Amino acid sequence: MQKGFLLYLLITLVGLVFIGRLFQLQILRSDSYDPIHNSAVKIKYDYPERGYVYDRNGKLLVANQLSYDVMVQPNQVKPLDTLEFCSLLKINKKDFLRRYKKAENYASYLPSVFLKQLAKGDYAFLQEKLHKYNGFFIQKRIIREYPINAAANVLGYIGEVNDALAKKNNYYQPGELIGKDGIERQYEEYLRGKKGKKYLQRNNLNKVTGSYLNGKLDTLPKNGMDLTLTLDIELQRYAQKLMSGKRGGIVAIEPLTGEILALVTAPTYDPNMLVGRKRSKNSTLLFNDKISKPSYDRGLLAVYPPGSPFKMMNALIGLQENVINEQTSFKCYHGFKYGKRKNEFMGCHCGIVGRPIKLKTAIARSCNSYFSNTYKRIVEKNNNPSEGLDNWQKHVFSFGLGNYLGYDLPAGQKGLIPNGKYYDSRYRYSWNGSTNISNAIGQGEVLTTPIQLANFTAAIANKGYFFTPHVLKEVDKKPIENPKYTIAKKTTIDEKHFLPVIEAMHEVFKTGTGRWSQVKGIEICGKTGTSENFVRIDGKKIQLPDHSILVAFAPKENPKIALAIFVENGGYGSTIAAPITSLIIEKYLTGKISKANKYREQKMLDLSLESIYDKLYQKPKEIASRTK
Amino acid sequence: MRQERNNIFENIDWILVFLFFALVGFGWMNIYAASKTEENHQILDFSTKYGKQILWIILSIPIIIIILFFNSKFYEQFSSVFYMISIFALILLFPLGKEINGAKSWFSFGPMSLQPSEFVKAFTALAVAKLLSDRQYNLGLVKNQIKAFIIVFTPAFLITLQPDAGSALIYVAFFFVLNREGLTLNYIIFGSIFIILFILTILFNYISVLLVLLILISIVIFYTVYKDGKRLLRFNWHKILAIYIVSTLFIFGSNYTYNNVFKQHHRDRFEILLGLKTDKKNIGYNSYQSELTISSGGFKGKGYLKGNITKGDFVPEQHTDYIFSTVGEEWGFLGSSLVIITFMLMLYRIIYLAESHSNKFGRIYGYGVASILFFHVIVNIGMVIGLLPTVGIPLPFFSYGGSSLWGFTILLFIFIRLDAHKNYDW
Repeated sequence: MQKGFLLYLLITLVGLVFIGRLFQLQILRSDSYDPIHNSAVKIKYDYPERGYVYDRNGKLLVANQLSYDVMVQPNQVKPLDTLEFCSLLKINKKDFLRRYKKAENYASYLPSVFLKQLAKGDYAFLQEKLHKYNGFFIQKRIIREYPINAAANVLGYIGEVNDALAKKNNYYQPGELIGKDGIERQYEEYLRGKKGKKYLQRNNLNKVTGSYLNGKLDTLPKNGMDLTLTLDIELQRYAQKLMSGKRGGIVAIEPLTGEILALVTAPTYDPNMLVGRKRSKNSTLLFNDKISKPSYDRGLLAVYPPGSPFKMMNALIGLQENVINEQTSFKCYHGFKYGKRKNEFMGCHCGIVGRPIKLKTAIARSCNSYFSNTYKRIVEKNNNPSEGLDNWQKHVFSFGLGNYLGYDLPAGQKGLIPNGKYYDSRYRYSWNGSTNISNAIGQGEVLTTPIQLANFTAAIANKGYFFTPHVLKEVDKKPIENPKYTIAKKTTIDEKHFLPVIEAMHEVFKTGTGRWSQVKGIEICGKTGTSENFVRIDGKKIQLPDHSILVAFAPKENPKIALAIFVENGGYGSTIAAPITSLIIEKYLTGKISKANKYREQKMLDLSLESIYDKLYQKPKEIASRTK
Repeated sequence: MRQERNNIFENIDWILVFLFFALVGFGWMNIYAASKTEENHQILDFSTKYGKQILWIILSIPIIIIILFFNSKFYEQFSSVFYMISIFALILLFPLGKEINGAKSWFSFGPMSLQPSEFVKAFTALAVAKLLSDRQYNLGLVKNQIKAFIIVFTPAFLITLQPDAGSALIYVAFFFVLNREGLTLNYIIFGSIFIILFILTILFNYISVLLVLLILISIVIFYTVYKDGKRLLRFNWHKILAIYIVSTLFIFGSNYTYNNVFKQHHRDRFEILLGLKTDKKNIGYNSYQSELTISSGGFKGKGYLKGNITKGDFVPEQHTDYIFSTVGEEWGFLGSSLVIITFMLMLYRIIYLAESHSNKFGRIYGYGVASILFFHVIVNIGMVIGLLPTVGIPLPFFSYGGSSLWGFTILLFIFIRLDAHKNYDW
């Protein structure tokens, strides 16, 4: 062995190991190093202004206002006159110490919020004296402002992004604002704009020493886009007013476009409650109220059995499937006997006993027997109830029932439209059209949300098609082009079959259950309904006042508005839902309430169901509000 | 036989000179990058680190000329004197030295400070060369081995007392020299085994390490006995017993030393390196930042003066011990590999030249130079790239510091001088 061999070998070996290690660090692990998000680079954000929101008539619904946070960086604070400082901020000394300690615990060398969202007056006063207090400074923040107190459920609100999302999504930093509900959430990306970024070189003492890469990567902020909603805020506000003291929802749609004119949930809240310093107190108030649930959008989320309005659905399917026609008649003897046993009987209040009833009358008088017969025929058409029901479901689905409608708000429920399989597994293949006969009158397994019913009504008003309901009309004054909302969806029912149904609905307001709520000069087509509901208290099943339901559109020719209304425990549809509907329609179509109907308006405004609700919810835990 | 001429540049190895200036020059560029501030760009500003370093570099040229001026024989004849002066200087530090960073390693002359330990390496190498080149000298003898050890470890011992254990560690490099000249490899082998055992003792429970070790030894012995017969057992039983006792004592000793003799900061450094502890903020900060800085360079690096971690002073001591991280960040895999290759070439060249010496003194000194430089490179770069524990010694020719630059310059150029005249009769 040559004498120098060992050292040569070792040098080569060490050299290779080092180069190997460099390969590992610089090539294999190089992507573990983020060139921008590390301690040597500080990113300073320049926040754009969030977009404004207008209603369909250009009324400003959501604007921005400045808010002032007092910030503190503890390591820069010098001894101060605490007493004077506390009086400037309107806090006491104990509070001062607590906040200061919190900031210090967070990081002594970093700024943190000392006092959030100062009142404007306090700010002006404080600003003059702040120079005396080293380490304290003001940071401006943009928060929302709602000039009109309405539609909180549609507008939603903004709040600090949660940590999990901030980690996952690389746009947001912890503490930044993000849309949390309503359109603020749905259209966050339009509204937020794009923040500007300044990349700064930072040293080990956290001091900024210059720009990073000479500002090559810096970007300017881009302001958020303004949104115009389809809502008519006057109508919305009026409908909200009518619903005060009641619980429920109203959804009004323009049938020709699918634009949502009003989306009311009651009770509701003032959107300004979730802005500013009182926000956290108010949000506890709103989100912890599990009984009246003001933060729960009943128009979108509440699933109820649709009740009688669903009879139109069965009528349309019956006509389409040719199991009935306009001349088909059934007789009614206070109800419909669907089985041999005594209790297998569905009562009816149509009041026409033993005489043949045709379609128009059946709808106008809401005859249960007629639609039970129709439904039975639909389901048992080919002597195969499972297939028949599947076919029935297909028709119902085409109206957007039984699934998420696809509207542009971040809350929804599917509801339920059963098919053959549903009963096959429940009754082990031994069932027929009578087994689920309650579906005939919208009381069986069928569940819908108010917005689905409103859309269903719009489809009837359009005689066979609808546009997916939506609340966004324009972005930066340019009409939306999303094909989801601009292309009509056809139902499976032919146009001609709608004519008798619409005639019948017209009859409802002319001579039927809605006749007390007519409006002179406006031809309203509608259908009232009630939906039974029960509560279990101490193990006993107790029937509660029915939910009041109504669907309607007007005018009969060239309908401008279609709506669904639901009033919890409101009794017969004709007593509360009908007058409210006629008021909303009158207000929307004529812009005012005629003198003759003023009494109706006053009556509805004064009407409160609070006493009923108070009684119902004495034992809120045992409530199982669900229709049989 | 030819006589030496008067031209001092005749026959000097220009390759080594070139590699020297390449490293010094590139080193300065990186010191400039690491210590430059936003406000000051004047290169000859002697209040700055890079300004001072350029002064040291300029001043190293007269040093080089002086070294080359002297006859080769001079270094051999006066090696003992140099060595004695070195030892004396190290001793003198105890009463007169200036304390910087907790170690009394510096002589202070007004604004300047000199660190004798940086120079002593070269003179120790000379002394070792002088001792081993004696025709009568035979390293096979334990007596002679002890002589050599005394020469090597006296400065190391004095430096340890300063205390500057890092600089003292370098003297281990002389084992390569001694080995080249006939010292049995067993020292290095046993040394390595003990280091490995020491690390295992820290990493795992020392009792289990001991048990595993004893079992392994037993297996080896049984195997040997099985192969060579019981005769072996009869004649070597005291040796076998000694192996058991020494290994047991060593494990217990390591455990005791680690827990009771080592200071907490030593233990921390070991534990972080061995992955027993993660600490990005306090003790592990240097290594973590340095690794991160190197990683951030990627394949091509961020470009000269564009290393933003370097600019932000995130790596402590970046212009001195951690200078290699600047190379890593700004010059990437390409640049840092090139630096390593340059060092390898320099080392190869020194060994190659040393082996070609007909004169024993020159050869041994050359080996000393190569070993010292090699050891510095291993310990320094190994630390910066996170393979070895934190030991604060400079990267030769690269790191900021007058003493270290001049020390290495003297070390290398004495060799170049000796090499230039290897073919002449002394």
